[in-house]
Amino acid sequence: MLLSIGLPLIIEKLVLIVVVVMSSLVIAMYATFAERKVAAIMQDRRGPNRAGPFGLLQPLADGLKLFFKEEIIPNLSSKFLFILGPCLAMLTAMMTGAVIPWGDKVHFFGRDISLQIADVNIGILYVFGVVSMGVYGIMIGSWASNNKFSLMGGLRAASQIISYELAMGIALIALLMTTGTLSLKEIVQQQQEHWYSWNIIKQPLGFLIFLICAFAECNRTPFDLPEAENELIGGYHTEYSSMKLGFFLFAEYINMFLSSSVMVSLFFGGYDIPFVNDASLAESIGTNWVALIHAGVFLFKAACFLFLFMWVRWTIPRFRYDQLMNLGWKILIPLALINMLATGAFILLQQNNWHF
Amino acid sequence: MSAIEIMFWFLSVLALGAGVMVVASKSPVYSILFLILTFFAISGHYILLNAQFLAVVNVIVYAGAIMVLFLFVVMLMNLNAESEPHQKNKWLLYIGGISGGSLLLVIVAALKKTVATTQLVQMNNGEVGLIKNLGIKLFTDYVFPFEISSVLFLSAMIGAVVISKKEG
Repeated sequence: MLLSIGLPLIIEKLVLIVVVVMSSLVIAMYATFAERKVAAIMQDRRGPNRAGPFGLLQPLADGLKLFFKEEIIPNLSSKFLFILGPCLAMLTAMMTGAVIPWGDKVHFFGRDISLQIADVNIGILYVFGVVSMGVYGIMIGSWASNNKFSLMGGLRAASQIISYELAMGIALIALLMTTGTLSLKEIVQQQQEHWYSWNIIKQPLGFLIFLICAFAECNRTPFDLPEAENELIGGYHTEYSSMKLGFFLFAEYINMFLSSSVMVSLFFGGYDIPFVNDASLAESIGTNWVALIHAGVFLFKAACFLFLFMWVRWTIPRFRYDQLMNLGWKILIPLALINMLATGAFILLQQNNWHF
Repeated sequence: MSAIEIMFWFLSVLALGAGVMVVASKSPVYSILFLILTFFAISGHYILLNAQFLAVVNVIVYAGAIMVLFLFVVMLMNLNAESEPHQKNKWLLYIGGISGGSLLLVIVAALKKTVATTQLVQMNNGEVGLIKNLGIKLFTDYVFPFEISSVLFLSAMIGAVVISKKEG
């Protein structure tokens, strides 16, 4: 039944939600630090190293600085929408975490607790729904700024996200054909068998398209046209200051982390430990320790993707806007369609025992 | 009142209230935002009926894609109450009001007689809304309307391409 739930379940889910939200905030915080360090290494500098040992307190200092800055709300803007913009950006960034399986299960107080907030049978569509909501934060914020450059940035962001969502969706359809389910938990469990049952082996082209689209959806370089500084003086957040600006910038890092997590669950086996039989490992060291290792492996894989995001940002220059649209509509969508048709034909042949 | 009933009334009030605000609000941007809220409330209703697929597709397609395009146009044209041409013809207003009211009357009268009022909606235990059953239904019982609607979409797409080509 939908709403016949007991108190232990509510407590369990609340704890899980708090843990997931807090840890994605902390990871996003340190992603900003890692970004500056990675940039420094690529440019042969040292990077932030003053606040705390190795500069580890730098993100806290940054946050504190943003909080203490003056809040400016433009006179001629609609105040409610101006505040709603960054709130929506933050909210939609955090919501994806609800359907990602962070680990298998832990065993506490005689209960098996699944390390996933909600195992809905439309998991991946939910992620899509949230992603398509993500554009509203930027659009509302940019329009409420009452500034031409902000509006241009917002419109660029909206058209970019809508365009790349299509290719992303079609690439995903090919993946869903091979998995036969929309639930992220089942998709991850299917990849547990061997290292070669990871979906990246079955869908390399689909993964490539998904990755490119994820870059575009997160507004990261080479697709960071919505905030192209030298054309748009900062894009959709030109008029924002203080923590409202911080929310916009922070939402980008949360988006990066959560899209890395989605890619890990979809294509790289989720919390699967490669070359290790999880069932026998669980017998020797206990379920809870395995769950901890699982979560660690998951975070490690996600961290690798985060590094890829940063690596690309500091290596590849920005596209021109027409190049971006050409890539999206004329290359990625036909490629994704071909991938989908080929996958469909392959599955059909396989079910027919390789007879035409 | 059970939890489901409370949620039903909450979502209904939200949907109707936001629907009224779509018409009543002065700025078209606010109208669109209220329309998005209405779509979310309707998605909530779908979830109460255990039709998760329909709920999430409603969010993705209507609230996520179509409303963004609406917002796009309104923001680019910078429409507001001042730039709107004033409606001078009072008669048009009366005629519209009378014909709309009589349509409502006819619909209410017709619905009063049907059996639908005595048939209760299946709350959260119907299985047909789940994606697996929905897919099987669509590709067996309803395959013909399904394919016909896809042809309709294809022709609409080609039409849009043809119209946009003419200008350039």
